[in-house]
Amino acid sequence: MSMTTTNEMIGQTPVRRRFGASDLIGLGVIVALAIVGYFLFPNNLALLTRIIAIALLVLSLDLVTGYCGVATLGHAALFGAGAYAAGIVSAHYGINDPIAMLAFGIAAGAVAGLLCGAVILRAHGLPQLVLSIALIHLFHEFANKASSWTGGSDGLSGIAPSALLGLYEFDLWGRTAYVFGVVLLVLVFAILRLIVRSPFGMLCRAIKEDPVRIRSMGASPKAALMKMYVISGAVAGVGGALNAISTQVVGLDSLSFTMSAESLVMLVLGGTGSLFGALTGTIVFMFFEDVVSAANPFHWLTMVGALLIAVVLFAPKGLYGTAADFLSRRREAK
Amino acid sequence: MQPIFEVRNLKRAFGGLAVTNDVSLSMAPGDRVALIGPNGAGKTTFVNLVTGNLTPGSGEVRLGGETVTGIDAIGRVRRGLVRSFQVTRLFLEMTPAEHVALAVLQRDGRSGRLFGNFLAMPDVMDEVGQLLGKLGLRELMHRKVSEIAYGQQRLLEIAVALALKPKVLLLDEPAAGVPQSDTGRIEQALADLPADLAVLMIEHDMDLVFRFAKRVVVLAAGAIIFDGSPSDVTRDPRVREAYLGSYANASHAA
Repeated sequence: MSMTTTNEMIGQTPVRRRFGASDLIGLGVIVALAIVGYFLFPNNLALLTRIIAIALLVLSLDLVTGYCGVATLGHAALFGAGAYAAGIVSAHYGINDPIAMLAFGIAAGAVAGLLCGAVILRAHGLPQLVLSIALIHLFHEFANKASSWTGGSDGLSGIAPSALLGLYEFDLWGRTAYVFGVVLLVLVFAILRLIVRSPFGMLCRAIKEDPVRIRSMGASPKAALMKMYVISGAVAGVGGALNAISTQVVGLDSLSFTMSAESLVMLVLGGTGSLFGALTGTIVFMFFEDVVSAANPFHWLTMVGALLIAVVLFAPKGLYGTAADFLSRRREAK
Repeated sequence: MQPIFEVRNLKRAFGGLAVTNDVSLSMAPGDRVALIGPNGAGKTTFVNLVTGNLTPGSGEVRLGGETVTGIDAIGRVRRGLVRSFQVTRLFLEMTPAEHVALAVLQRDGRSGRLFGNFLAMPDVMDEVGQLLGKLGLRELMHRKVSEIAYGQQRLLEIAVALALKPKVLLLDEPAAGVPQSDTGRIEQALADLPADLAVLMIEHDMDLVFRFAKRVVVLAAGAIIFDGSPSDVTRDPRVREAYLGSYANASHAA
């Protein structure tokens, strides 16, 4: 093979893989969708903000499940920890600055990530899944019993975030909360894009494929996965805090098994191991749920089930994963 | 010369069966040693004991003058004891460039960095290009490993091991499963290994052993029954009895 061909071949892929055009396009798409959503559903911004909060949970789940191969059905524990922390500091301690509440949410999410990681990462496969389910039930029960702090089954109320940056009040239409959510999502997404392409992101992908091989390269899979769990907790904490700030109430459902399972369903729907997949899955699932449950309140769960079966059977890589595959095959064919 | 790698009186039994029975071995930098033995001789157990994946019943493993018997597998890799696998264990969804870059970054303590992409790190890319170039894999560096031939995957195993800059390299049947047409490339790679690196190769292919090794160690029933030059190994009656019988007779007949 001639030198020129060699150099061309070596040169091609890196350009595509560096942070650059595709990432900016991705961020642009998020912002564009956010603007479209704002004008299309001006009376339903609360739903859109809720979608953003859940999208942050699903992104967080993607970090440990999609990128690291950890099986968990208890990921809402991290989201709920963030939500309760942001709510409690406001309702009980009068810390009402949204940025400060967010900081407490992030910290609580990270600590919950550390705790959950320390337990879940002790096992693999099915036992790992069982540990995660046990954890979410423990978190749920703890929040239920500590009712003087959390409001128990009545939910935590009395959350009163002050104006964002001292300028923008959280209004009745949810405009401030929505814009706040979009900014948070864009920031988190950009940071995560950097992380998944970093040496650490590469290490995690390798661990997912073969942890034994990674040990023989001198790296500790457990230490890396713990670190990812903490990052994942911080991301879920952002989602939880956003939920607490925007709805001004935190319920036990934010720490529930149902929410954990649904977030996994959304991730699989969009496609694991891809940040765009996580976003796609959340948006499609939540819109589908909203539209279908309004159209047919009795059979909407059946339709959600049918959608899932169709995706798993006909697009096993998820909606985004399958579409991306299809496009790259077409590009290669040309 | 001061030994870089030493095994002293290593013992390990499973139940009542002594799988590794009082094995002692010493290697200096630059040594090229082949470890051979019939099936069930205890070669795999020996490798697992040395790399820290199994705990010995008694005995000692020393690396660069330091006792590493109580140090886990990861710690031993970080101290320069690196192995390759008999059946390739690579990350099929990743590229050769990513494999070698990961090894380089891990070696330098940079694999936990949260920002920056190795493709934009000139020092890492230089090393990746150099190593893969030396093994003839440069053109494939951005393909998925699942798309490259098995012989090339074996070469990549060697590249990953070398990227960790080992002091002692354990090669577990580096040419196993490689088609005859590709073994030349692997043998060349073995011949080009750094001169100061101590290499212990576990191998069944006797032709490769005789071409590569300056010293042959024969393991049978968990004990070393021969440690000497390749030219003497076929003449040793114990070895002929335990393992080489048919091969030695065949070569004499020829």
